[in-house]
Amino acid sequence: MTAAASREVVVTGLGATTPLGGDVPTTWSAALAGESGARTMENDWSEKYGIPVTFAATIKVKPDEVLPRPEIKRMDPSTQYAMIAAREAWQDAGAPEVDGERLGAVVSSGIGGIWTTLDGWDTLRERGARRVLPMTVPMLMPNSPAAYVSLELGAQAGAHALVSACASGAEAIGYGMDMIRNGRADVVVCGGTEATIHPMPIAAFAASRTLSLRNDDPAGASRPYDVDRDGFVIGEGAAVVVLESAEHAAARGARVYARLAGVGLSADAYHITSPDPDGKGQVAAMRRALADADVTGPDVVHVNAHATSTKVGDLTETRSIRTLLGSDADHVQLSATKSMTGHLLGGAGALETLFTVKAVHERLAPPTINVANPDPELQVPLVRDTPSALPDGDVVAINNSFGFGGHNVALAVTNA
Amino acid sequence: MAHTASEILEGLAEIVAEETGLPTDAVVAEKSFTDDLDIDSLSMMTIVTHAEDKFGVRIPDDEVKNLATVGDAVKYIEGAQA
Repeated sequence: MTAAASREVVVTGLGATTPLGGDVPTTWSAALAGESGARTMENDWSEKYGIPVTFAATIKVKPDEVLPRPEIKRMDPSTQYAMIAAREAWQDAGAPEVDGERLGAVVSSGIGGIWTTLDGWDTLRERGARRVLPMTVPMLMPNSPAAYVSLELGAQAGAHALVSACASGAEAIGYGMDMIRNGRADVVVCGGTEATIHPMPIAAFAASRTLSLRNDDPAGASRPYDVDRDGFVIGEGAAVVVLESAEHAAARGARVYARLAGVGLSADAYHITSPDPDGKGQVAAMRRALADADVTGPDVVHVNAHATSTKVGDLTETRSIRTLLGSDADHVQLSATKSMTGHLLGGAGALETLFTVKAVHERLAPPTINVANPDPELQVPLVRDTPSALPDGDVVAINNSFGFGGHNVALAVTNA
Repeated sequence: MAHTASEILEGLAEIVAEETGLPTDAVVAEKSFTDDLDIDSLSMMTIVTHAEDKFGVRIPDDEVKNLATVGDAVKYIEGAQA
């Protein structure tokens, strides 16, 4: 085994609970079918608080249908989603036998246990300090999902929770990859989660004018690259992947979905919420991911775009892809899966990496829905309405994830 | 209105079952919270918080360490109602 080969990282397990389904098979088949996970919310937040948005991409299978009652009581919803996804991913990987000291857990949330935080505050104001529950701190802390996954699996090589807003899930996977490459672990369970469909964060996102207000058509509201897009649709859920050194996976005869070949990171240092219109940071992240994977632009056949359905963000990204790849961008198949899932914030980068892995494994790029009139400034070929076949042979796919704060993460996935 | 000892045991069993996932009939007077029911200190404080709520009593932190068994807790709550 050469040194280079021993640093190769492969994906051997996938897990998710999303607005499209309670596991990976239902989520993926709904995505290929072009279904929307956005729906009208069953609450009175609009009447009660004047929140202008009445819909969201809510989780399809509620955790209380899946998890035992004590776990529901002692975990914030963000941790509940992460646990559901992590257990599926672990079983999907064949529950590998690995020394705990060689097993890592990296699970991020962009916002953390906000339900617990705000419920605790309500309890304190309404009923006083004696009524605030003792489990409040371990439930609200943003490292809680990583900690519980580590506890569940006995992952002792390290439990980490990297926070970079909507890039968090992708950054977690990039970090997990580095843990294997630098020799800290043989197997890392990593991903992202978010449970933010609470009136306060929705009011706050609405206040920043970033949410779609298409209340009369929830399923048509997330429409990246359509000329009539008017903002993102808030979503919730989690996705987790099991990463493994190629050597470890081969030794146990594991099924390998794809290779995670490169990670590229950068920061815009431009504005706290707006992407740098020049796309310099985005280009740098993608360029670094390709260099890290030791591949070149012509190899790239598919990009899962960050594309949240905002006026500015969507086009900045396609300009960045064009800047990076030049004429090679003509043979890239671009998918914006948030058109179906909504925006899972800290879970988004993990779910879209999972989709990228599935796309490479099945040679099928998922569709982008709701694009009735493509923006004329869209600079990369878009997969619309139905899945599109990816070419045979060696291929490279990129997942882009960008976060408020100017965080850019690109992950390069290649066939096994 | 004061709860009887058997009402307190029943109510406490529901709280413990909710917190631990144990069946309510496993929560009987002679069981030790730590040794038999595997309840850690954070879970114990959670149970105390819910019990104070349910029975309208105050269980000071200094007393909690004396509540070794379910029966101890029932007895304390019964007395504290007066």
